[in-house]
Amino acid sequence: MSNSQPDNQPEVLRFGQALNRALGDAMRADDKVFLMGEDIALAGGPFGVTRKLLDEFGENRVRDYPIAEASMVNLAVGAALGGYKPVVEIMFMDFCTLAMDALVNQAAKAHFMFGEQGPVPLVLRTPHGGGLNAGPQHSQCLEAWFAHIPGLIVVCPSNAADAYGLLRAAINDPNPVVFVENKRLYSAKSDFPADPQPIEIGKARTARAGNDLTIVTYGNTVHLAEQVAKERAEQEIDIEIIDLRSLQPWDESAVLTSLSKTHRLIVLHEATEAFGIGAEIAARMADIGFDELDAPIIRLGAPFMPVPYSVALEAEFGPNADQLNAAIDRLLL
Amino acid sequence: MQERVAQFEVDHVGFLDASGQVLEDLPEDIADLEVIKQGYRSMVLTRLFDARAINLQRTGQLGTFPSSLGQEAVTIGFSLAMQPNDRLVPSYREHGALLCRGVTLCELLLYWGGDERGSDYQQARKDFPLAVPIATQCLHAAGVATAIKLRSEPQAVVTVCGDGATSKGDFAEALNVAGVWQLPILFVVTNNQWAISVPRESQSHAQTLAQKAIAAGIDCLQVDGNDLLAVEYASRKALERARAGGGPFLIEAITYRMGDHTTADDARRYRDDDEVSSHWQGDPVARIRSYLVEQGGWTKDQEEALQADCQVELERAVADYLAVTPQPASAMFDYLYAELPQAYEGQRQQVIDRAAEGKTDE
Ligand SMILES: Cc1ncc(C[n+]2csc(CCOP(=O)(O)OP(=O)(O)O)c2C)c(N)n1
Ligand SMILES: [Mg+2]
Repeated sequence: MSNSQPDNQPEVLRFGQALNRALGDAMRADDKVFLMGEDIALAGGPFGVTRKLLDEFGENRVRDYPIAEASMVNLAVGAALGGYKPVVEIMFMDFCTLAMDALVNQAAKAHFMFGEQGPVPLVLRTPHGGGLNAGPQHSQCLEAWFAHIPGLIVVCPSNAADAYGLLRAAINDPNPVVFVENKRLYSAKSDFPADPQPIEIGKARTARAGNDLTIVTYGNTVHLAEQVAKERAEQEIDIEIIDLRSLQPWDESAVLTSLSKTHRLIVLHEATEAFGIGAEIAARMADIGFDELDAPIIRLGAPFMPVPYSVALEAEFGPNADQLNAAIDRLLL
Repeated sequence: MQERVAQFEVDHVGFLDASGQVLEDLPEDIADLEVIKQGYRSMVLTRLFDARAINLQRTGQLGTFPSSLGQEAVTIGFSLAMQPNDRLVPSYREHGALLCRGVTLCELLLYWGGDERGSDYQQARKDFPLAVPIATQCLHAAGVATAIKLRSEPQAVVTVCGDGATSKGDFAEALNVAGVWQLPILFVVTNNQWAISVPRESQSHAQTLAQKAIAAGIDCLQVDGNDLLAVEYASRKALERARAGGGPFLIEAITYRMGDHTTADDARRYRDDDEVSSHWQGDPVARIRSYLVEQGGWTKDQEEALQADCQVELERAVADYLAVTPQPASAMFDYLYAELPQAYEGQRQQVIDRAAEGKTDE
């Protein structure tokens, strides 16, 4: 998959390829790592993330699971308690709903209830997000549900390098990790380091430095923020973008540091705005960052509405550049 | 001491061989030729529809679409056995059945084109819309059957799921409650040998999928799913029994998914073309046509007229579909709640205002 690169040129990789490479490297590094999911073996996964892994690692370590999300994740909890490191794929984040008992009552609680004998080093990979005309049951962003559960770790990368680094870290992590991948990112290309390393969970990244206003976001909306920031730079508006990368735990100090510099904050995500990740960040900053604020904190997410199936309706289903620009105007003009 | 406390058998039923020849004497109450002709027309229309829908998707005029190519005898077969006031609770590959139930071609196209108005069936208002989350519909069907039973009405429910769906807890749990409560429900398992890329053997080590009913105390039958006569007959018997208070039944219909899983899939990644082409031998449409020719004197002229008639009906529906104007974006708020709570009025107004701004900008 890696075509030969001229020396010193950073490699450019698709998000999905980076995940594929992280899985392969993790499996080579630790024979306790194995994969389960629907259509991940011969078919290589619905979005191609597990492509060719069956060839290298065989059917013991790359397993097509019968269609049964609840049992797959509960079995993974058992395998993790039994000393393995299962990485399970749920084809669409919407179907995590079927595995909620496994995640919320079992994976998240085992260590708490059983102590040292109960670590659950399991990773659940799953794609979220709309924009693909996939309808209300195949487009949701449900990460806030998992971030709300003590005992779970939640990450959501925005580019190939972070996808690799965070997935390696997630697999190494002794806790259950929900690893969220935005569907529209799979084919997006970005720079990839020559010697990629695990990335510490819980650390944000400054995607763009600026002085006038901070946008905190994660996943695919990092790119929306970057696009808008670039346009606004022409009007001398200097936007800083914090890519959270980890949602639980999230990097409070990175956000506070940025807020202390810009004094204005927008929290942006594709997920439903009401009761979302943005609500948590905004409330926290209103508390510990109150003295730094020159304006109210704005949250920008999806309306309180299922993702519509209709192309015409989904096109108007935010958050989009217009809405982000309007929020920026509200804070600065 | 050891003694046998239970013993089970699963029968397979088929009336026609692959070429449409009658295998043995047909039961006296086999579907009459007029019913079979009606079923044959639906099968032809469904096959044309599948091809046309794929063509529309390839040209960017339809969303992701799951063809039922090769499975027409299953979906039409059980539909022929249904009474108008029975209830259908289908999965996503059952547009053949929906057509029989009075859903229009245009409604089907609207739905697969991403316009939810397509699920607002003008006929068949008590049938359920397509279920895409796997096997969830089996439990909904059990709920509908419970309602029917509570009202003591002589009706039955048909629910359909795939071979892959039988792996889910929902399926097992639906069977279990249907058995305990003796619900008026027919479970049709369309065993088309594949669940996307996963073959039937990888879903279950059980010899048949039909036998999953036995564990719930439900009678079952395996049926040649490419034999319209057999599917119709077995379904009719099961439904008559259910309506009369005889409880649930399960039919495993053996067929084959001749096409890709959906237009988003390329089955060559995981199965041989040879395997696929060998299954054309069992083609359910050709098979029932041979039967009609032999037993019903079906002529070449009748065949040509039928094909032409179905084509016209289909193209008219495609034209209607393409002429439908998309809803305004604010329509997304119309059905969120029975009535939009005042708290969300502001959101709707924003969408309306944005649309109005867009128009004045032009
Ligand atoms: C709960 C759930 N898990 C996974 C999927 C993704 N998915 C869609 S179709 C399908 C295969 C279903 O196979 P089968 O039940 O045999 O039906 P067929 O497609 O062959 O008609 C899967 C896994 C889904 N829609 N719902
Ligand atoms: Mg199947």
